[in-house]
Amino acid sequence: MSTMTSVRPMLEEELPEVRGTRERQKWGNPVTYFIAFLFIALSLGPVLYIVTGGFRDNSQITSSPAGFPTPWRFDNYLNVLSSATFWQQIGNSAIVGLTTTIGVVVLGVMVSFVLARYHFQGRAAMYSLFAAGLMFPMTVAITPLYILVKDLGLMNSLAGVILPQIAFGLPVTVIILVPFLKAIPDEIEEAASIDGASRLGFFFRMVVPLSIPGVVTTGILAFVASWNSYLLPLFILSDQSTYTLPLGVQAFASQYSVDTASVLAFTSLSMIPALIFFTLFERRIVGGLTGAVKG
Amino acid sequence: MRKESAGAASLTDERPMPGTKKVGDGAPRASSPATPRPTRKTADWRKRLEITILSGPAIIVFVSFVILPVILAAYYGFFRWKGYGPATDFVGWGNYFIIFADSAFHEVVLHNGIIVVLSLVFQLPVAIFLALLLNQKIRGRSLIRVLIFVPYIISEVIVGIGWGLMLQTNGAVNDLLAAVGLGAFRADWLSDPKIAIWSLMVIITWKYVGFAVILFLAGLQSIPEELFEAASIDGATYWQVQRHITLPLLGPTLRIWAFLSIIGSLQLFDLVFIIWGQYVASTAGTSTMATYMVANGRTSGNFGYGSAVAVVMFLISLVIALTYQRFVLRRDTAGALTERQK
Repeated sequence: MSTMTSVRPMLEEELPEVRGTRERQKWGNPVTYFIAFLFIALSLGPVLYIVTGGFRDNSQITSSPAGFPTPWRFDNYLNVLSSATFWQQIGNSAIVGLTTTIGVVVLGVMVSFVLARYHFQGRAAMYSLFAAGLMFPMTVAITPLYILVKDLGLMNSLAGVILPQIAFGLPVTVIILVPFLKAIPDEIEEAASIDGASRLGFFFRMVVPLSIPGVVTTGILAFVASWNSYLLPLFILSDQSTYTLPLGVQAFASQYSVDTASVLAFTSLSMIPALIFFTLFERRIVGGLTGAVKG
Repeated sequence: MRKESAGAASLTDERPMPGTKKVGDGAPRASSPATPRPTRKTADWRKRLEITILSGPAIIVFVSFVILPVILAAYYGFFRWKGYGPATDFVGWGNYFIIFADSAFHEVVLHNGIIVVLSLVFQLPVAIFLALLLNQKIRGRSLIRVLIFVPYIISEVIVGIGWGLMLQTNGAVNDLLAAVGLGAFRADWLSDPKIAIWSLMVIITWKYVGFAVILFLAGLQSIPEELFEAASIDGATYWQVQRHITLPLLGPTLRIWAFLSIIGSLQLFDLVFIIWGQYVASTAGTSTMATYMVANGRTSGNFGYGSAVAVVMFLISLVIALTYQRFVLRRDTAGALTERQK
């Protein structure tokens, strides 16, 4: 089984951890908890450093770089929250992220439907074309991509970031969605056809609703990738007003490099949207990642 | 390639897609309702139109922004070109000769090699250990899983800035070392060329090990429970079970993770660029092929040369990826990434 279905979406019921069994669990070995706690501390330590650092002032940070806030200062955070630049960058990141996600999902579902449920010569080649896209990371294509975007007149526009991101998001989407759409039983398609639905009617009435779980997974992956993306915006966006959050954070950090406390406040505030998003969709993200590369 | 008649296509198309049952060899699919007999010709046309409409936009976007840039890179790589106007100053293989003769490029390839190997060596044992630990039935397992995954979800920019501040000479790490009486171990974590690459490896491990743990956990949970029961009936100890059942059955997951890790290490850019900037990275010994490409391509305005570096980088990644797929991954991913294999 693991050879043929190595790539497929993980359905909700397959997600690890069945809730019902939790009551019966024993506490187990305390050493286990100690080691787990140690690793959690290591994972979260740097994050806590950034967050608490924002609550200190620069003289506190200079005299004791690893210390806790004494007293707690809120003005760093308030300054960032009241700056128009920060909100503009959040807005830009949101526009880029949402448009990329919608683009990847819409184009991805359409082409995956063709690859999953039509039979025609060249289908395998088409699938390979997209699968091969996994081998073309954006880093390699960035220089000519920059030239291409410049020739299209899309420099300093969010569209210049969105279009390439959609293109580079498609391979993963296709890899996840094609097996998902194939799993819809033929009988449903036959029934729809007997009821007079065309293939396109079947697509809109049956496939789109049934593929929602897979679509959500790929959409989340596309959004998180876009939200964190740095290299492409670095090349395409040079006008401050078009900066997305990662560019903004980097620019702020180099502009105010002496004002460490503000940099830490800015950095930790820019971390929050991704963390909220992650907590909300944790099961989907983890399920999607593991489903996408499950052995 | 989409112009063939549909009837012939469904006869010749017998390669199964991943995750499907194979429908009898070459037999016409009885269950294909979209080609009703009486109006075969209109149905063919209709089908072709549907295929074009549904797959056209994705193919256009994908080819324009993924395939075309790679081809353009190969083209511009033969020119000395500053990025505007038509490329006219044809230099043949000149750019490539410069790349292969440049000792700075040899260095970045070496750095990438070190990063590839050390990423595997650092993360693999830690991740297996953690995955085995968290695979036990303990309380709060899903919370622990989420917390270990947090570094993976934070953007490289934030990780770079945070760690950069922590590791600077008068930063939190040195302060902490002094506070616990290990002041002798204070160091210039980022600027000392003997240490910098190790600092980078610590940051990389911190950021990406959670991803490996999540993957391995999923792999562990797909191992049938009966195997463990059978082993415990046979009197196997915990370590014997891990050694002879868990690890071998985790093989496919480990191999795919290693593949992703290798490709990621070869492309490493964000972290290095943010922590060390575009010029300091080479003196600190942490520059990678990608930072070399950006520094010598776009930053210095030599787009022809930058494109040539991109091509070299792509070929190195491709050769490694294909070799790995051919010799290591083949049995795991037959039908997934390598559908063209017959």
